[in-house]
Amino acid sequence: MSSSPVKPLPRWIDVGLVPVINIVIALLVSGLIIFAIGENPWEAVKIMAYGALGFDEGIGYTLYYMTNFIFTGLAVAIAFHTGLFNIGGEGQAYIGGLGVGLCLLALDTALPIWILLPLCILASGLFGAAWAAVPAYLQAYRGSHIVITTIMFNFIASALMVYLMVNVLIKPGQMSPQSVTFAEQSHLPFMSEVFAWFGMEIAQTPLNVTVFWAIFCCIALWAFIWRTKWGFETRAVGHNEPAAVYGGVDPKRTIMIAMFISGGLAGFVGLNEIMGVHHKLLLNFQFGYGFTGIAVALMGRNHPFGIVLASLLFGILYQGGAELAFEMPKITREMVVTIQGLVILFSGALAYMSVPWVSKVYNILAADKPVPSDSISAEGEA
Amino acid sequence: MEDAFVFITLTANATVRVATPLILCAMAGLFSERSGIIDISLEGKMLGGAFMAASVSYATDSAWLGLMAAIMFSMVLAMLHGFACITHNGNQVVSGVALNMLMSGLTVVMGIAWFSRGGQTPGVSPDGRFLPINLPFAEALSDVPIIGTFYSGFLSGHNALVYLAFLAVPATWWVVYRTRFGLRLRAVGENPHAVDTAGISVAWLRYRGLLICGGLTGVAGAYLSIAQNASFVREMSAGQGYIALAAMIFGKWRPVPAMLACLMFGLLDAIAIRLQGVVVPGIGEVPVQLIQALPYVLTVVLLAGFIGKSVAPKAIGVPYVKER
Repeated sequence: MSSSPVKPLPRWIDVGLVPVINIVIALLVSGLIIFAIGENPWEAVKIMAYGALGFDEGIGYTLYYMTNFIFTGLAVAIAFHTGLFNIGGEGQAYIGGLGVGLCLLALDTALPIWILLPLCILASGLFGAAWAAVPAYLQAYRGSHIVITTIMFNFIASALMVYLMVNVLIKPGQMSPQSVTFAEQSHLPFMSEVFAWFGMEIAQTPLNVTVFWAIFCCIALWAFIWRTKWGFETRAVGHNEPAAVYGGVDPKRTIMIAMFISGGLAGFVGLNEIMGVHHKLLLNFQFGYGFTGIAVALMGRNHPFGIVLASLLFGILYQGGAELAFEMPKITREMVVTIQGLVILFSGALAYMSVPWVSKVYNILAADKPVPSDSISAEGEA
Repeated sequence: MEDAFVFITLTANATVRVATPLILCAMAGLFSERSGIIDISLEGKMLGGAFMAASVSYATDSAWLGLMAAIMFSMVLAMLHGFACITHNGNQVVSGVALNMLMSGLTVVMGIAWFSRGGQTPGVSPDGRFLPINLPFAEALSDVPIIGTFYSGFLSGHNALVYLAFLAVPATWWVVYRTRFGLRLRAVGENPHAVDTAGISVAWLRYRGLLICGGLTGVAGAYLSIAQNASFVREMSAGQGYIALAAMIFGKWRPVPAMLACLMFGLLDAIAIRLQGVVVPGIGEVPVQLIQALPYVLTVVLLAGFIGKSVAPKAIGVPYVKER
């Protein structure tokens, strides 16, 4: 890898073009795989696009998946900004759902929804945050590697949930490990119901009002990272810890704050799934969302706006992939998992593979024209 | 007395069966991590190896060809990891997550494309499998009390890959601690600058570490699909790669302690299955999930430094960039 002193690439190439090139490579490889198993990639793209965006039911499912990906993507992103890898979104989402479930099992008939909703937001956030706080504490104060501890906590969460669902919270007199259904009045309104208040009719999908909370979280996290003192401190610790310490930042406290927020955001998946969609506690409602959050954050370059775009793309992949499974018998949900893996590989691990080529091409093109004054920064290397 | 002995033998055999892939993966992880490359993709490489082993053995009816294919395929995956982490200085954890996810999806996609059985491979014939081997005189000695029972009931009757896994431990120890390559491997995980200064290629050393890692995970995968079972089933690695990673950390990145950790985790698993629904006097029914979660809990406690300290190789996770 040559990082010899070259002209720095202008920002639009670094932030805009390179990520797009990476995703295009990932999708091209996915297309090759589809071609290799004997289906037509172009047909597949058309079916996916139509299945995800072509009619109101498809759009509803796409946005419902997007809601979960925004939460887990933001969770991974805030940890990344602090230089941490939170691989435990899966477990934090699981426990966040447990928080909502316990809250609703206790209070679903006692309180009106406008009190229950803030309570449940708090419960999912706090439970998720608590599940992230232990690995965060161990990283900050005991020096244990957060990647390993969060992986372990995913498995511990899963064992805990199986125990609770099978032995404690199961609805009496049934075989499958699910709790009782919460009272009707505690259900979050589906978007189809919201539209119905305004006299519009759309197909019923799992999409519910949690999507507004997801968008709010994006804005709030953006403000936190770039407009508050604590956000500045998290970025300082992530970029250069010694310098941050020199500047008076306590990295231990910063790690705790960032992971607490990260876990809370992942926990909101529980809000969407348990209070919004299933209306009861069950196993594996969080399956895969935590890991997809890693792909989403990498693709969105850890910026809330990028994360919304990446979440939308993954929502399209999930929903379109489900439609594709109907149309092309050789393609199943696992194709989407494969694409996800390729996206993480090319826009995460191999993120800078294309940079030398891009900068070569850019330097050839830029040398031909007079250098525009704003595209080259003032470092004076030209 | 006789009953207790039978019980112990059965539990010991169950422990060995569960521990075999863990030991192979733990040794694999050791080669990678000792060279300074974090490898959370043991899981994915093992899964990929399991798929290849089952597919090739099904097609050729040869267990050894299946094993070879698994080793080759897992090595290719390890090289992909190396290409991202060594050549392109990519984030090692991200690359590992990518490999795990890629294999979790691709094994099923390929399985459906090749065999049209919902992601499974067809059953492998006995020729395509590693079957239990009876050691010499096992039959004859089985009537001798204690020693004979131990020999024929426990030492004999495992498949070739089990013996291979237990041979891999001293072999790993020897390579890592008694050869020039091992010394350099350890050095490159602690201080790559010093190795580079001595005129040895950091990248080539790490690539070799990853090659061995890939090969061993391939064996572990073959064990899952053509020794322990007779076909590939989707997600059949079921988190064992992560348990092996935990065991390696539990063993403080050293071969013999890592093997003991694998055996302990295997024993926990064997006990968990035995205790399903059993009421222990005075305690009540033991929650099986608690025992299943114990490996993870113990690893966290160890990492937290409450029972001894587990210190990773110093340069782990840091891409090596030559100074200019």
